[in-house]
Amino acid sequence: MHTPQDDVTSDELEKAGVLVTSIEFIYNWGRSNSVWPVQFGLACCAIEMIATAGSRYDMARFGAEVFRPSPRQGDLLIVSGTVTKKMAPQVVRIYNQMPEPKWVIAMGACAISGGPFKNGYNVLKGIDRYIPVDVHIPGCPPRPEALIHAIMTLQDKIRTERSIVEKDRSNPAYGKTSREFPVPVYDGHDLKPPFNPDVWKPPSMTV
Amino acid sequence: MKPFDIQPLTQRFPFVHADAFGNALIVPAKNLVSIVEWIQASRLYLCDTLSNVTGVDFLPKVIEEEGKDSEGNSVKIKKNIPGYIEVVYHFYSIELKRGPLTIKVRSNGRDNVRLPSLMPHYRSAEFQEREIFDLYGVYFEGHYDLRRLLMWESFEDFPMRKDYVPPNDNEYEPIASRHSGGDA
Ligand code: SF4
Repeated sequence: MHTPQDDVTSDELEKAGVLVTSIEFIYNWGRSNSVWPVQFGLACCAIEMIATAGSRYDMARFGAEVFRPSPRQGDLLIVSGTVTKKMAPQVVRIYNQMPEPKWVIAMGACAISGGPFKNGYNVLKGIDRYIPVDVHIPGCPPRPEALIHAIMTLQDKIRTERSIVEKDRSNPAYGKTSREFPVPVYDGHDLKPPFNPDVWKPPSMTV
Repeated sequence: MKPFDIQPLTQRFPFVHADAFGNALIVPAKNLVSIVEWIQASRLYLCDTLSNVTGVDFLPKVIEEEGKDSEGNSVKIKKNIPGYIEVVYHFYSIELKRGPLTIKVRSNGRDNVRLPSLMPHYRSAEFQEREIFDLYGVYFEGHYDLRRLLMWESFEDFPMRKDYVPPNDNEYEPIASRHSGGDA
C-alpha cells in the first residue's frame, strides 16, 4: 500500500517538521502496535506462548503483551496447540465472540494440521477448517522467536490493509457487520459439518 | 515395593489362576467383588489403593488345531475363539508397602459388556471406569455416574476398540486409503 511515509516529498516535509499522513495509516499503525491476544492455550504450544509473553522473550516489545482473559476484549486469537474435536466448537465460539477486526494465528503443527496426532480419531485436522487463519506457524512447538515472527508478520499484514474506504476493503474483518462462523455440533461419529466450506476446501487430489 | 505373595489368595479362591505370563490373576467376573472385598480386608493384602484400571480388547479369532476326524486321520480343525474385553486392575497396599496385585477380568463377548464396578470400594475407580466405558464400551454395573469422560455425550463409538474405524477426514495422506479398503 502506498503510505505517505513512503513518499519522498512527505519525507522531506517531515524533515521540515510537517507530518502528512492518512487516517488509515494512523488506524493501522495503532492497531498493529496494540494487538491484544486472547488468553487461551490449548496444549504444549501454549507453554511456548507463555514463554513468549514472559520477560525473556518479551512480547511486550511488539505491543502484544496484554493477554485478555475475555474474548470480548481481544483481537488476536492464538490457537496454541492441539484442537480436539471436543474443543473445536468452543474455539469457534470464542472466535465468534471477539469483536471485529480480529485475527487468528495458528501456532504449531497441531493447530495447522493436527500435527503428530493427525491420524487420531479425536483431533481436528487444522483449525483453518472452521475459522480463517491469518498466520500459520509450523513447528512442534514453534520457538518463541517464531511466534514473535508471526506477530510481526501479522503486524505487517495489518499495516498494509485497506481498512477505511469501504469499497477498497480486502479483509472482511473491517466490515460493518460482525461475522458469525457456524459452530460445529457434536454428532454420533464426528463433528457436523466436518469443515466449514466457506473457509476451507479439501485440496483436490491428483493421483 | 515388594510384590505380593499370591499363594494365600489362590488358596482361598481356588478358581483364580495366573495368566500365561504368571504376573496377573484372572478372575471370573461374578467373583470380582467378593475377591476385592477380601483383599481389601485381609491382613495379608490390605489393598488400600486401586492405582490403575485399564481395558484391553481382544478380537474374535480363528485358530487351527491338530485333531482327528471320524476316521482317525489327523487333520487341522478350525476353532473359533470369541472376542472379549479384558479389564485390568492394579492394586497396591500402602500400609504393607507391597504391590502391585494385578487382577484381570474378562467379559463374555464384546457386545453389551457388563462388569461389576469397583467404585463402591475404591473411589479412584470412578474416573478410570468412566474412561474405560468411554473408550471400550464396558458398562460398569454399580457405578454411580457412568458417563463418557473424554468424548462427547452423543458420541456413539468406542474408539479404543480394535474394530473402530475413525471418520476419514484426512485430506490426501496415504493413511486415508486405509479406511477405504486400501493398504493397511
Ligand atoms: S504442535 Fe507440538 S508442541 Fe504444539 S501442541 Fe502440537 S504436539 Fe504440542
